[in-house]
Amino acid sequence: MSYLSKVRAIVWKDVRAELRTKDILSSMLVFAGLTVLIFQFAFDLRASVIQLVLPGVLWIAITFAGVLGLNRSFVLEQDRGSMEGLLMAPMDRSAIYFGKLIGNLLFIFAVELVLLPLMTVLYNMSLLSPSILLVVFLGTIGYAAVGTLFAALSINTRAREVMLPILLFPVMIPVFVAGVQATARLLDGESLAEIARWVQLLLAYDGIFIAAAMILFDYVVEE
Amino acid sequence: MIAIEKLIKAFGRKPVLKGIDLSVPAGQSVALFGPNGAGKTTLIRIIAGLSKHTSGSVKLGGQEVQQAGHGLRRHIGFVSHNPLLYDSLTAEENLIFFGRLYEVPELSQRINVVLDRVGLLHRRKDLVRTFSRGMIQRLTIARSILHNPPILLLDEPDTGLDQQAADMLRGLLLDIGASDRTVLLTTHNLERGLEWADRALILNGGKIRYDSLTDNLTPAEFRQVYTDVVATVPTIGKEPASS
Repeated sequence: MSYLSKVRAIVWKDVRAELRTKDILSSMLVFAGLTVLIFQFAFDLRASVIQLVLPGVLWIAITFAGVLGLNRSFVLEQDRGSMEGLLMAPMDRSAIYFGKLIGNLLFIFAVELVLLPLMTVLYNMSLLSPSILLVVFLGTIGYAAVGTLFAALSINTRAREVMLPILLFPVMIPVFVAGVQATARLLDGESLAEIARWVQLLLAYDGIFIAAAMILFDYVVEE
Repeated sequence: MIAIEKLIKAFGRKPVLKGIDLSVPAGQSVALFGPNGAGKTTLIRIIAGLSKHTSGSVKLGGQEVQQAGHGLRRHIGFVSHNPLLYDSLTAEENLIFFGRLYEVPELSQRINVVLDRVGLLHRRKDLVRTFSRGMIQRLTIARSILHNPPILLLDEPDTGLDQQAADMLRGLLLDIGASDRTVLLTTHNLERGLEWADRALILNGGKIRYDSLTDNLTPAEFRQVYTDVVATVPTIGKEPASS
């Protein structure tokens, strides 16, 4: 309970600070919206093409907008020197990871809450089915799990804003591939049972990287 | 309370601390002086568990810092160059956050007590970003004593403070000192450090070069000692690589 209460305290602090400044959410929302609009103009999307590119556009928007939020979550701690305050607290340091992970997930989910209806309207194709929502949910967890770990790793590097995507994108290729494939097949009319292997891949990825991050986080943040 | 033996710290091949031996009994206030680059911050960070030492031993209350569990951090209050506060939260919210991390019992009452002690009770609902440097430093002290730690590590707590804020900090530290806490602080202000502490140390060239109680030490005498020590022993940055 004590561990969970500390995770909750970190989430509470991040959400409360974000609701005041809107530093992270505003940049993620604007970036996601612009990405979707740029693809709309770039491909001059017609009905026959939409179904082919829509899953890719969705996951690119989530990935690019997400990396902004992941970067900011630890950069803000580092720039204000408050990371030391977290490291000094009497708790297993994995609590910092889980607090940050849940905060990042909440911010990315908030962006998706706007992004999915926006794309549904713009492309006239529903992305709001329970199956697609499940795939987006699982993919986002995997993405944020790795992203939170790598964001902590990159804050002490010189080119940290660039370093995170360089580290993160290659490792999250399985999430991207599984997310795009699962979304595309669901849009093609396949059932959740028929895309089970992609969902299983997302589940496995989520489990492996959350467990790995829990073990590695202490080494990542120590001097 | 703090026991350090043969402490060595090197960054890569560059030694910063070259064999520190120091024992600070419970309840003693120690001021650590030294020029920039002498290793004061490094020493404080090692004692706080924020940095790992290369060799030697650092014990707090008999427990080795690097091997003890995270519970040991509950016994330390830490003030660093950075306030470790969130400027988009109010003073009260900052203390609520840290109070939850340290599992402070009867948190709201304790927050009122420490805010009152640093003279910020009337500003508890204000965002930290609206605070002056002196107020931020007072809130930083409040954060560091919130969980009532027996050991306080203060790294240049007076940096950037005007005279009025420094006087307030002095009152706070004397108050804290009277409460039987072990205090280790660093400062560049020799007079202030002597006034605040029971014992003065000068760190230079990676070693403690001077160690004396402050009882019979006048500021003028100490300034002369400090000048002599700093002049005769090169700081780490000035040392030849071969030494």
